[in-house]
Amino acid sequence: MEGNLHLVGAGLVVIGVGIGIGRIGGSALDAIARQPEATAKIQTVMLIAAALIEGIGFAALFAVS
Amino acid sequence: MHQISEIKFRQVIVMVFSKKSFLYSLVALIAFLPSVLMANSPEPTPAHGEAVAQENQDPKAEIKEQIEEVKNHHVLDAHSFHFFGDKETGKEYGFPLPIILWDNGLHVFSSSKFDEGKVAEDGGNYYVLHHERIYKTDATGALTEHEGHPTNAKPLDFSITKGVLSMLVIALLMFLLFRSLGNSYSKNGGVAAGAGRFFEPIVLFVRDEIAIPNIGEKHYKRYMSHLLTVFFFIWFLNVVGMMPFGVNVTGNIAVTFGLAIVTFIITTLTAKKDYWMHMLWMPGVPLPMKIILAPIELIGAIIKPFSLMIRLYANMFAGHLVIMSLIGMMFVFKSWIGSPLTFALSFIISLIEILVTLLQAYIFTMLTALYFGAAVEEHHHEEGHH
Repeated sequence: MEGNLHLVGAGLVVIGVGIGIGRIGGSALDAIARQPEATAKIQTVMLIAAALIEGIGFAALFAVS
Repeated sequence: MHQISEIKFRQVIVMVFSKKSFLYSLVALIAFLPSVLMANSPEPTPAHGEAVAQENQDPKAEIKEQIEEVKNHHVLDAHSFHFFGDKETGKEYGFPLPIILWDNGLHVFSSSKFDEGKVAEDGGNYYVLHHERIYKTDATGALTEHEGHPTNAKPLDFSITKGVLSMLVIALLMFLLFRSLGNSYSKNGGVAAGAGRFFEPIVLFVRDEIAIPNIGEKHYKRYMSHLLTVFFFIWFLNVVGMMPFGVNVTGNIAVTFGLAIVTFIITTLTAKKDYWMHMLWMPGVPLPMKIILAPIELIGAIIKPFSLMIRLYANMFAGHLVIMSLIGMMFVFKSWIGSPLTFALSFIISLIEILVTLLQAYIFTMLTALYFGAAVEEHHHEEGHH
């Protein structure tokens, strides 16, 4: 066992980021379905939240690799 | 009956040729170009793999090595502008760029002195280019190595590299474009003319959807110049990166560092009293919490621009790597099933990347506006602790 454990870490990071962004997208879809008139606002907040998670994910990937 | 179906048919025709779907097909066409041109032009090397394969036992490994080379070459910055090369004739197509070094005095010479791994001589000093880094050396060009990394002294490198050149070109383009847009208002009686008609709605979008909601009516005007510049600069550079022969500028961490540090400086310099108050001495919480929160908030102020830097860099770098890898897979498979499949895949990823170019520019501008908004926000405390 040597060397390649960091790749497992990278995989875990991507799984976490995937779950996070998936949940944001799903919740935003729910919200838009309930209140179509608020689509623009929801999209903005969704993009910001997704970007923040993505940023953390990239930072973790850099730390791992 | 007949008439109804005719009307329906007409509706369908109108739908198909409506403005929106025309735009979509235009975008698809533009996105289609890089995958075709990239596959054709800068990569004649893997196509000649058959000739090499006869001497080499493992042709697959040879091709993979060449693809790796092309990939790195495309993604990283370079000291000369290289379009494509021909392995068989050994000819390289491109043009040299100026090398500017500070090494106890200014040294300016053309990057063609480094061609084919030669040792460049200028003013009695010898330099050699090793993996796009310039090292000081002697007349023989020998490098002392330690664990695979050269230990020779590195002069300060201010060269006009590929990335710097394209940034200068984009800056000039933006200057001319938006100057003419600005001038067209006065000439044309308050109506935008020419290419400005396309960019005016985008400028308004940045103002109405990004600046005003995040910064507020009162202060947004001070920040509009920075927001617009950052938005169009990142967007144009991203698009240039997607073009054939394009340069991956925003996928370079030094560039995104520069962009993020400007955001950080503006946030810090224009911050109001409330911003510092909330950072150093959070009102409305007990005293021990104030002491704990201050360092956390201070670290947070640095993490914000740091995440801006990493996000843009990693997104563009990873996007380019994925596209180049998929294009490279065409040459690895070299079959009637595998190659069209990876071609279609690289086409779809290219489409997504076209979207990402705009999305990353939007997110960078959006978060910048958000940080500016936090800096000028005025809080109304109801706890009455004053």
